[in-house]
Amino acid sequence: MPAVSKGDGMRGLAVFISDIRNCKSKEAEIKRINKELANIRSKFKGDKALDGYSKKKYVCKLLFIFLLGHDIDFGHMEAVNLLSSNKYTEKQIGYLFISVLVNSNSELIRLINNAIKNDLASRNPTFMCLALHCIANVGSREMGEAFAADIPRILVAGDSMDSVKQSAALCLLRLYKASPDLVPMGEWTARVVHLLNDQHMGVVTAAVSLITCLCKKNPDDFKTCISLAVSRLSRIVSSASTDLQDYTYYFVPAPWLSVKLLRLLQCYPPPEDAAVKGRLVECLETVLNKAQEPPKSKKVQHSNAKNAILFETISLIIHYDSEPNLLVRACNQLGQFLQHRETNLRYLALESMCTLASSEFSHEAVKTHIDTVINALKTERDVSVRQRAADLLYAMCDRSNAKQIVSEMLRYLETADYAIREEIVLKVAILAEKYAVDYSWYVDTILNLIRIAGDYVSEEVWYRVLQIVTNRDDVQGYAAKTVFEALQAPACHENMVKVGGYILGEFGNLIAGDPRSSPPVQFSLLHSKFHLCSVATRALLLSTYIKFINLFPETKATIQGVLRAGSQLRNADVELQQRAVEYLTLSSVASTDVLATVLEEMPPFPERESSILAKLKRKKGPGAAGALDDSRRDTSSNDINGGVEPTPSTVSTPSPSADLLGLRAAPPPAAPPVPVGGNLLVDVFSDGPAAQPSLGPTPEEAFLSELEPPAPESPMALLADPAPAADPGPEDIGPPIPEADELLNKFVCKNSGVLFENQLLQIGVKSEFRQNLGRMYLFYGNKTSVQFQSFSPTVLAVQTKRVAAQVDGGAQVQQVLNIECLRDFLTPPLLSVRFRYGGTAQSLTLKLPVTINKFFQPTEMAAQDFFQRWKQLSLPLQEAQKIFKANHPMDAEVTKAKLLGFGSALLDNVDPNPENFVGAGIIQTKALQVGCLLRLEPNVQAQMYRLTLRTSKEPVSRHLCELLAQQF
Amino acid sequence: MQFMLLFSRQGKLRLQKWYVPLSDKEKKKITRELVQTVLARKPKMCSFLEWRDLKIVYKRYASLYFCCAIEDQDNELITLEIIHRYVELLDKYFGSVCELDIIFNFEKAYFILDEFLLGGEVQETSKKNVLKAIEQADLLQEKTENMYHSKSFIGYKKAY
Repeated sequence: MPAVSKGDGMRGLAVFISDIRNCKSKEAEIKRINKELANIRSKFKGDKALDGYSKKKYVCKLLFIFLLGHDIDFGHMEAVNLLSSNKYTEKQIGYLFISVLVNSNSELIRLINNAIKNDLASRNPTFMCLALHCIANVGSREMGEAFAADIPRILVAGDSMDSVKQSAALCLLRLYKASPDLVPMGEWTARVVHLLNDQHMGVVTAAVSLITCLCKKNPDDFKTCISLAVSRLSRIVSSASTDLQDYTYYFVPAPWLSVKLLRLLQCYPPPEDAAVKGRLVECLETVLNKAQEPPKSKKVQHSNAKNAILFETISLIIHYDSEPNLLVRACNQLGQFLQHRETNLRYLALESMCTLASSEFSHEAVKTHIDTVINALKTERDVSVRQRAADLLYAMCDRSNAKQIVSEMLRYLETADYAIREEIVLKVAILAEKYAVDYSWYVDTILNLIRIAGDYVSEEVWYRVLQIVTNRDDVQGYAAKTVFEALQAPACHENMVKVGGYILGEFGNLIAGDPRSSPPVQFSLLHSKFHLCSVATRALLLSTYIKFINLFPETKATIQGVLRAGSQLRNADVELQQRAVEYLTLSSVASTDVLATVLEEMPPFPERESSILAKLKRKKGPGAAGALDDSRRDTSSNDINGGVEPTPSTVSTPSPSADLLGLRAAPPPAAPPVPVGGNLLVDVFSDGPAAQPSLGPTPEEAFLSELEPPAPESPMALLADPAPAADPGPEDIGPPIPEADELLNKFVCKNSGVLFENQLLQIGVKSEFRQNLGRMYLFYGNKTSVQFQSFSPTVLAVQTKRVAAQVDGGAQVQQVLNIECLRDFLTPPLLSVRFRYGGTAQSLTLKLPVTINKFFQPTEMAAQDFFQRWKQLSLPLQEAQKIFKANHPMDAEVTKAKLLGFGSALLDNVDPNPENFVGAGIIQTKALQVGCLLRLEPNVQAQMYRLTLRTSKEPVSRHLCELLAQQF
Repeated sequence: MQFMLLFSRQGKLRLQKWYVPLSDKEKKKITRELVQTVLARKPKMCSFLEWRDLKIVYKRYASLYFCCAIEDQDNELITLEIIHRYVELLDKYFGSVCELDIIFNFEKAYFILDEFLLGGEVQETSKKNVLKAIEQADLLQEKTENMYHSKSFIGYKKAY
């Protein structure tokens, strides 16, 4: 094909681009662009009608300007005009402009959709493809609404050209990803699965992606794809390198399709059908065998394509986790790659081995590579590869090699890149705790961590060491001795002072017998650090001092002197001042007995998840700490330390269904203090991982509450304590009663009341919510004088604790639900109640009064912050608005109460009109946080309201708007 | 795939393709951050890196960097070859493609990409089929262009 001549001769465009390229400075460029923009504007506005070619040229210029990074605010109409041109290139440029510069101007969207509709109906495959590409590129909800129903038809129509089918499949995929609710499942789904058999490899390639996405949500509907995928894969894998002609890539047959098929199979467990499974295992073996064959080409493309399939195969083997033979072979293969000269392969091998390490079949095989991995940690020149090596060491760690791995990681920490230090610190802390045989090693390790990388030792880490030392009396003396020694260093990290201060305050008496660490020596050692420390640490030390007065009466006079000093009693920091005053008074007023009671040794901490592990998870996202999530590997669990030794009076017992480490029961961080300015929202609206607002543990109270957060019993999706009771399957639950919605609405702004009542039964509800967690009490009252039998209230899709099967006449039973909001949701869970009353079965389905706004956390912010956020949420989909008639008297106080009950904070002095209400809050779910802003404008004359919601997540805006609008 | 960026060694963005909805502001921020990160890497380093919760796969061809963001479960090596196949397609179409071809014919670069990848997924891997689709379009274009020119030519004659 000849070069250049195919340019469509837009000379003006080429000249313009050259001009821009010749600009010597940014200013010159901007000047040239502004000139061009003015020119185009005048052409578009001019009286003379532009011909299609000029329109195309100018639209193209605008596009170029936009791609240079400038804003374009006109030209959309001209681009839309081009869509209906019958000249292909004009249409094409029009579509390109729309795809790149979507502007959801509602007027235009209608016109665009019209043009697309015409092209889809044109039966001209080239035009159809253009239209489909445009939908796939834009993928907006409006387009979904307009076309989601048509595209499946085009996809499975017998007379659609292959290229149209390909585009239709991926177009549908994009729409489905954006708004799954708009894509109706139906008769076409079965035919889509059969596209896996299509003659045309391109059609299969496109269809597999669609099927993979669809089957994740509807696994049963697409089950038949397993055998089809296996046979397709088997044909590809066993074909000679030239069989597939243009679908062979550097001697590798259909690598993209193979990878996609292997990916699809990972959506399902191993095939049940023995023949299919046999065939699949054969495929997997063939891939592993081929990896050992000499390469057919020296080109890196050949080895990349081949290895892409190999890695995907290994992923599938790991996913199945049922074929020991294959797992071990996979591990050996990866072992070879660990020393490969290609950095990319070493990186991927380390990454992939990480998952292999968590399989019981291959864990031992992975461990044999420990020396290579340690070597990688020391010698790799690329930090991202070193990071993978550290991850793998963490994953392969068990009791047998923990000491070696921990000491290597500590050594690495001294030179590690700053970016990954905190993570390494967390990992070392976790491993040291988990595999500690003797806790003195654990204490040494943590103190080493503080010594080497004190700045990166987060609160969680040093809190944890305190918890463990407090709970294990065999290590307390050792810990006191070791911190005492560590504090001797002339320069020691503040975290060391904190740990030292706490431990000596609790257990300093254990080493006080030694004259070298007598009470006065301990005190003066700590106090020598005092003046260099931050307020938080000084506050902690003051608490240590009062504990010293109790432990060592001989230090009383000295310490009282310190407390009495003007620098304490009149300290500018209110916390320090208060502590000094209170402790001083306490020490002078209280009798020895009272003092001893007040300052008694801390009780053991309840057993629960290591807060460090939760932190690592937060840092790396879900699944990151998964390598240590030994639910698979350590069935006996005798290889790990299950957190702190259980104490007889533990407050909560982890449920049997929780992970061994209780990963799911991440303790909620102590309630953030009164929201500070708009800080919290910054995190929610920014895209980075939501940072935990760090709580300076300044006051002792906060310090303690962080150590002892309320342990949720075992929150899963939404559950009451899982009981193995035989609950009726969810499919038995009938549709909610007609008035369910109305009943639900009553509870949007309040948390308790009567949920339901008829002649027989009254259901009361009381609930409380905090962050993304909630607890709900349901009270079932029998209003009759006859016993209800087989009484069984169930919450859909949830295991609930059984309540007594009989409810006596006039009696009430109570049911508790623990609720965790995993992500945003639109429909409330259903509550189904059934029982027998006088021989007749009664059943009743209600909507549980759990709506998304229950997980609101109010946020205070200043007007300026509010408006800034408001502007940031300016995408049309982020806003939902409703104008409605008032159903209740319009009383400002009532409205205020409702809005507060709804959950948002009410912000005064934000809206220029004092009649209006403005609110802000964050919806807390486990997966994400959604920042919400709202504005309610009452119009008393017209008896109307206008309600506007803006949130960072589009369905949430609409949902909240609907919920709230019904309240007034 | 979530997005693909092409940028020069000087950090100039040459092509951007987004397969997830993001605001312009967000796109600019991501681009700035990634261009910086990738340009700071040394030549022998590995082609993959973790970035936010995505994986970045990149490769340099002469003066141009091709950079893709994929999700956690996506295959890095096959993405590297997606980049290569795209380069091959550009090369075949333009004949020894260079950065200038992409600057001056950016719209073509987009059209070729749309034939190859759609919605972030590989649509057609056959070089022949992709280029056939583009060629057909070019043919259509020439036809219409010719019609256009001959028409004006006739008009001109008439006026004489």
